[in-house]
Amino acid sequence: MIRVALPAHLRTLARVDGEVMVELNRPPTLGAVLDALEQSFPVLQGTIRDHVTHKRRDFVRFFACEEDLSHEPPTVSLPPAVVNGTEPLLIIGAIAGG
Amino acid sequence: MSGVRVLVGTKKGAFILTADGKRKNWEVSGPHFGGWEIYHVKGSPADPNRLYASQSSGWFGQVLQRSDDGGKTWQVPGGEQMPEFTGRPGQSNKFVYEGEVGTHMWYDGTPHPWEFKRVWHLEPSLTDPNTVYAGVEDAALFRSTDGATTWHELSGLRHHGSGSAWQPGAGGLAVHTVLLDQTNPQRMFVAISAAGVFRTEDGAQTWRATNQGLRSQFIPDPTAEVGHCVHRIAMHRSRPQVLFMQKHWDVMRTDDGAESWREISGNLPTDFGFVIDVHAHEPETVYVVPIKSDSEHYPPDGALRVYRSRTGGNEWQPLTNGLPQRDCYVNVLRDAMSIDALDPCGVYFGTTGGQVYGSPDGGDSWSPIVRDLPAVLSVEVQTLS
Repeated sequence: MIRVALPAHLRTLARVDGEVMVELNRPPTLGAVLDALEQSFPVLQGTIRDHVTHKRRDFVRFFACEEDLSHEPPTVSLPPAVVNGTEPLLIIGAIAGG
Repeated sequence: MSGVRVLVGTKKGAFILTADGKRKNWEVSGPHFGGWEIYHVKGSPADPNRLYASQSSGWFGQVLQRSDDGGKTWQVPGGEQMPEFTGRPGQSNKFVYEGEVGTHMWYDGTPHPWEFKRVWHLEPSLTDPNTVYAGVEDAALFRSTDGATTWHELSGLRHHGSGSAWQPGAGGLAVHTVLLDQTNPQRMFVAISAAGVFRTEDGAQTWRATNQGLRSQFIPDPTAEVGHCVHRIAMHRSRPQVLFMQKHWDVMRTDDGAESWREISGNLPTDFGFVIDVHAHEPETVYVVPIKSDSEHYPPDGALRVYRSRTGGNEWQPLTNGLPQRDCYVNVLRDAMSIDALDPCGVYFGTTGGQVYGSPDGGDSWSPIVRDLPAVLSVEVQTLS
């Protein structure tokens, strides 16, 4: 199981508290986690990445193990600590505005 | 017992204001969807407990919300966790342009691909609670027939021959007004900033630009077929041939279903503004809120005045009783005025300063229902029996 930490607005939308857990049945890539997350929580479709192109929304960021995965392709493998559940994949609403 | 429910969309959430028919004592609920921009909330004329809300954010995009109990509880249609939901999940915020996307004109005059940004306006069907239209940015019209669970573009509008010449106004390129003709379900009007008014007679398959008589100095040909920054149009349901318009400059009316327009600005202190609406029982009584422009966008002289014409335009009377007449520098945005159907008719509007004002007597007197909401983007009222 992979731990995913959602930003507050998406936790509210998904009606969850704290982290969510997603299970993968394929290699643990960033794209696989997002697919599984949207499968479990359809309400999140279109809020993290585009429905059709799967392009990350401009003000959403993906962090893991103090690394920024935001600009990596969806095929990028997740760090081992995220795969074994020691660390969460962080989905962040970028700091913007005043 | 009769009552009213005022649905308020703001920059940071939705609020629902309710009162009995006297419209003196109000209950306020909200914020619903706190922190999100709520461009519009509107109830179904066929089922007043069915509400739709457009929720959006610069971070997380578009979300559609639906209530089946008058706003007490909300759900994202098709947003339930699997496997409880057996339909098509997660599609309620999927607005995909149909066919070849094409381009419209960008601010600098270059072609720019159509990109969905948000839903500006939701217009529920007059007869079916599950059917609702969405006017969106970049300008297009979508329809759902399953209670906002899925959406399909009515692409005849965007594929109108002039689409490649449509250009955004300062607020974007959006379908912001959708008017349904209760006497003819095949007929509707939309208004687009900054393209103009379009009419369909065949259920949205084909559209005509209906802007004859409009004059806009900010485009190369002031009387062009399209390119007019129409801020809002309004109709009395009993007279679908008569429309009133608040344009970027000029207040206009048509008596022939938008075949031709004529100016009715008359003695208004400025003919710039955003809102316009029609009295529920007097089809020749019209309301506007003049706003100083081009760049100030607050009431002239710092005095918030609604203007009412009882003669279908040209002769306007300022309504000031209960409204701030000094040091008031708010704006009233295009979707932020609404009319109830009680007798006497109630009039409501919201400001960018977070006030929602109501008049239970057709505009003769006003009082704030709430004073300190986030900036108000839209106001709709439901008359409840």
